[in-house]
Amino acid sequence: MAEIIDVRGLSCPEPVLRTLEIIKKTDKEKLEIIVDTDTSKENIIRMINSVKWRIVEIKKDLDSYRIIISKY
Amino acid sequence: MKRFENFFATKGGIIFVGTIIGILGALLQRLGNPPNMGICVACMERDIAGALGLHRTEIVQYMRPEIIGFVLGAFLAALIFKEYRPRGGSAPFIRFVLGIFAMIGALTFLGCPWRTLLRLAGGDGNAIFGLLGLITGIFIGTRFFKMGYSLGKSQRFNSKFSGIWFPFIMILFLILLFIDQFSFEIDQKTILFYSFKGPGSMHAPILFSLSAGLLIGFIAQRSRFCTMGAFRDLILFKQFHLFLGIVALFLSALVTNLILNQFNPGFENQPIAHSMQIWNFLGMTLGGWAFALAGGCPGRQLFLSGEGDNDAAIFVTGMIIGAAISHNLGLAASPKGIGPHTKEAIILGLLICLIIGFTQKEK
Repeated sequence: MAEIIDVRGLSCPEPVLRTLEIIKKTDKEKLEIIVDTDTSKENIIRMINSVKWRIVEIKKDLDSYRIIISKY
Repeated sequence: MKRFENFFATKGGIIFVGTIIGILGALLQRLGNPPNMGICVACMERDIAGALGLHRTEIVQYMRPEIIGFVLGAFLAALIFKEYRPRGGSAPFIRFVLGIFAMIGALTFLGCPWRTLLRLAGGDGNAIFGLLGLITGIFIGTRFFKMGYSLGKSQRFNSKFSGIWFPFIMILFLILLFIDQFSFEIDQKTILFYSFKGPGSMHAPILFSLSAGLLIGFIAQRSRFCTMGAFRDLILFKQFHLFLGIVALFLSALVTNLILNQFNPGFENQPIAHSMQIWNFLGMTLGGWAFALAGGCPGRQLFLSGEGDNDAAIFVTGMIIGAAISHNLGLAASPKGIGPHTKEAIILGLLICLIIGFTQKEK
């Protein structure tokens, strides 16, 4: 089961900051980030491309995105 | 490596947007906007406060079509690309207060972050101190984010209509501006206030200003262009993306100024600027700090307002009220220097940012 980070409704830079904090601490191999704006989605993709994690899948829900990431 | 579907989210996209803003900024000056003020979100909102009669400083009253265009361009882009999302409720009154003091800081320096870059690109050396202040303020802001600062989550509104009201008010402003154009010709009477001398009387043709505003609003919404975010992301994440946008803005404005013969390097007698460097620095420290705590530069707050973000709209409203307070109470600077009560207001603003920074935490 992936750990879920819900950053919906947070303004910049909190979605990226919170995801980064959890990436640093977690022992999980997989994380799921829920965002509600395209801006947050793009910012998280950009950040993931610069750490040792990768995007597994982005699922579009009704009014949010679920970004599944995993360790390389 | 995940690729972006949105061109404007790429490096090329943000550089393109910065370049367009820089060129249009310099061009708007050539076409009539005040020198080194082709685009200045703070100054233009201050002029709007004047046009509405919220302050009666006769030289800075004009319903700036660029600001209206920014909001409506972003609104249009958000509708077309399905990013229009009515939302709000993340500490609205705190954002209002931050907006007030952000404006007091910006009007001490005489410019928002966009004008800081345009002033530099026009050769105004005083803007170096504003820029250093801006970076310092944003740096302080990032320390609070590292300590867990948050204004909390916004709520999604159920009604699609909940996000139209800020764009709607912009349309009303535009209608008033157009009505005045005709009624002034007939009987010299207008509904809004207009300047007959000073910066408020200097403006590019309305349709050009509006078109430039609409174009910038549209592409800035797509690219998330943000001058505060540029420095914040660099400091917090060593992320250069938004920074490329402001470098492009500066360089393209510089080149356009050189071509149009608008580049006059120096410190003395720069247009709509003063040389009280400590206050140029501290004014923008306050501005940068408040923008950081509120999550966006003045321009970005307008684009977010166009997307249906009620919290950003409240920040903008705070800035407009802040401009009125600044001019009514002698806080705003002028080319002669700072106002009689600028110092107290800046110190108070810095203290307020400090308290908000320490007290607003999610957990």
